[in-house]
Amino acid sequence: MKELTEIKNIVSNPYAYIRKCKKQTGKKVVGYCCSYAPEEIIWAAGAMPVRLFSANENIHLADTHLQSYCCSLVRGILEEALADRLDFLDGVIFPHTCDSFQRLSDIWRLNIKGPFHLDVVLPVKLDTPSALQYLRDALEKFKNDLGGKLGREITNAMLADSIRTYNKIRRLIGKLYELRCENPQIISGADFHAVIKAAMIMDKNDFLEALSQIITQLEKDGAQKTKAKVKKLVLSGSVCSHPDIYNIIENAGGVVVWDDLCTGYRYFEGLMAENSRPLEAIAERYLNRVVCPAKHMQLKGRGENLVRLVKNSGAEGVVFLLLKFCDPHAFDFPYLKGMLEEASIPCMLLDVETELPSEGQLQTRFETFIQIL
Amino acid sequence: MKKTISEFLKTVLIFLAGRFKRLTMYFKKTKTMKDYMMVYYSQAKSAKLTGGKVAWITSGGPVEPLIAMDVIPVYPENHGAMIGASKMGGSLCEVAEAMGYSADLCSYARSDIGCATVNGGPIGGLPKPDMLVCCNNICGTVLKWYEIQARYFNVPLFILDTPFCHTEYTEEMARYVRAQFDDYFVFLEKACGRKFDFEKLNRVGYLSHQGQLLWQAVLDTAMHKPSPMSAFDAFYHLALIVTLRGTKEVIDYYTWLLAYMKDRIARGIGAVPNEKYRLLWDNIPIWHRTRWLSEKFAAHNACLVADTYTTAWCGALRYIDENNFIDSAAEAHARIYLNIGVDQMAKMVIEMIDKYDVDGFVLHSNRSCKPYSFGQLDIQKIVERERGIPCLMLEADMTDERTFSESQISTRIDAYMEIIKERKNKK
Ligand code: SF4
Ligand code: SF4
Repeated sequence: MKELTEIKNIVSNPYAYIRKCKKQTGKKVVGYCCSYAPEEIIWAAGAMPVRLFSANENIHLADTHLQSYCCSLVRGILEEALADRLDFLDGVIFPHTCDSFQRLSDIWRLNIKGPFHLDVVLPVKLDTPSALQYLRDALEKFKNDLGGKLGREITNAMLADSIRTYNKIRRLIGKLYELRCENPQIISGADFHAVIKAAMIMDKNDFLEALSQIITQLEKDGAQKTKAKVKKLVLSGSVCSHPDIYNIIENAGGVVVWDDLCTGYRYFEGLMAENSRPLEAIAERYLNRVVCPAKHMQLKGRGENLVRLVKNSGAEGVVFLLLKFCDPHAFDFPYLKGMLEEASIPCMLLDVETELPSEGQLQTRFETFIQIL
Repeated sequence: MKKTISEFLKTVLIFLAGRFKRLTMYFKKTKTMKDYMMVYYSQAKSAKLTGGKVAWITSGGPVEPLIAMDVIPVYPENHGAMIGASKMGGSLCEVAEAMGYSADLCSYARSDIGCATVNGGPIGGLPKPDMLVCCNNICGTVLKWYEIQARYFNVPLFILDTPFCHTEYTEEMARYVRAQFDDYFVFLEKACGRKFDFEKLNRVGYLSHQGQLLWQAVLDTAMHKPSPMSAFDAFYHLALIVTLRGTKEVIDYYTWLLAYMKDRIARGIGAVPNEKYRLLWDNIPIWHRTRWLSEKFAAHNACLVADTYTTAWCGALRYIDENNFIDSAAEAHARIYLNIGVDQMAKMVIEMIDKYDVDGFVLHSNRSCKPYSFGQLDIQKIVERERGIPCLMLEADMTDERTFSESQISTRIDAYMEIIKERKNKK
């Protein structure tokens, strides 16, 4: 499939794509690193939002700013900036999430000169009227701050347009999850992961176009592909920057059909109302979406959601992919595991630092786990 | 195993007496810290018998509304410090680790989560909470930690969300924090089953402010050379401003302490007998090694005269209006040391360097506390650039003693003190 090949190329070399795109469209590029970044506002402003990832290479420049007990995601992103590999950025925004990102924002502001820098301090709890009011205020402030930095007013019409685009993308991604859930043979895990990652990198219009093509094609092919008997799994954690995992799981006789990742379904979940005030619609999506563990909404929301995801997707087990030194996820793990146990759903924990354990070792661990399902 | 109150009192007494024998000598003629803390913890422990209510609250949280409603506040972080000081952190952390909590998480949280299930530690565990009050102005860890305890004890949780002030405290933030104080009052009315007592809150707020002013005055005595107190003394005396802020006891105690320090100044007595070098400490103490570290530095004639940690309980004084507690408390809680940007923290460090006239800056890179420790390397660079004094970074953990390498830290301190000495002698 032409579109898929193109997407895979982009994902394997995102910086080249972003530079090219910037040159062609003249758009300003705004980096972010969290699914609570109100991207819709950036896109509405005519700029291109791109998610920043860590490079997974050896990290050394960041060592002079962040101690070794900081997660590899935060250290890795800082490394990219310090190594001057992000020179295409016109600006960067830091939504407030965990303690590590909180400090990354400060360190970035003090050391990385060039791109403009905005903090978007959203509320940490998302389940009270005063928090909702503040969420609205904070989004409004961000809209104005960003407009100021980009030198243009961001109107409601521009926002409404952007919301429609994001809804289209999110609907199609939802479709992709469902197709794959129904017949996991339809697209390999690695390819699937590439599509998801591309959504966070590509120009929204280009991506929407490619995605619709891919889905039409998959729907056509789907009928011919037989459904093999494999064990379905759900992946839960923060950021999955190890596409190899999908292959390794598949080689071990399993398949990831759904996820609860910051760079996965949690990023796409939920549509925005197209007929209410745009900022209101964006705020409401955050309230209806399942929270990331750095935010608070009810005491058992994430656990209930995970159990529901497993049941709805027909999965038989959960793989927790936790990044070492990630506090919010590590604090939630025992309770999530407990709730899965109550529902008789087996799970396994994979603690990753910068690099994955060797492929052979991993495959054996997955095989052992899949056998007990 | 249920401990009776008298048994409990005994444990507290033995614990405190043992820990602070050296200091208790000073307190012959007045109520000692030990007395205060013993009464405090036994009241908290016996609250259930007398129909009283207990709230667990984070160290940076607004305690005054609790006191105004006669709810006894209990601080798991203060308890964590006691656990650390009794070198029981490692074993309690292991309990939490066996429950699935990663060993990379904050050791206050880990030891508390562990302790709640076994009622271990130096005082046989904390009294069970009737409610939890979590203010995230110190970290995101407390949010997760209190969620866990709210599930475990099945009690209501109030979250006071203080947006992080990277560069500014915006109008929007001010409105939000202020609105949550109202939410807090409603929460307490529900939990206590009666109307909120605003009149009492004003009195408590006034006492709290007075207490903080006194605490600042006590810390200020360290400007004198030789300093009558060291940061290690501050770590010890801190317990009251943390746990009993807003009460008359705090005023009595610090009034006495201030007079005591002034008397030492008048008589020329220093915390370190032969003070030659003055240092500033950053981050939470290494609770399981305070005695050792204090002796280690004293052996080099160095006094850690001040620290960024104990200052946090009076650092936001500038925002407090004693006649308007509620409005100003909102701002004061949002703008404390750990809830501001790294550059502002560096600025405060530099102010302290000048104020206490120190020769060096010692930073505890604390594996447990990410918001306190990330950014330290930049603060160190700023200090070196702006003031040119030598800095030393020691990596350790405040409560989990298992990975502490005494010999390595000792060698590093010796080497560092050589640099300090050389530099000072050249002057
Ligand atoms: S949430 Fe976890 S993985 Fe993400 S930046 Fe924070 S610590 Fe790192
Ligand atoms: S030590 Fe740090 S991470 Fe732990 S509770 Fe205190 S402020 Fe939070």
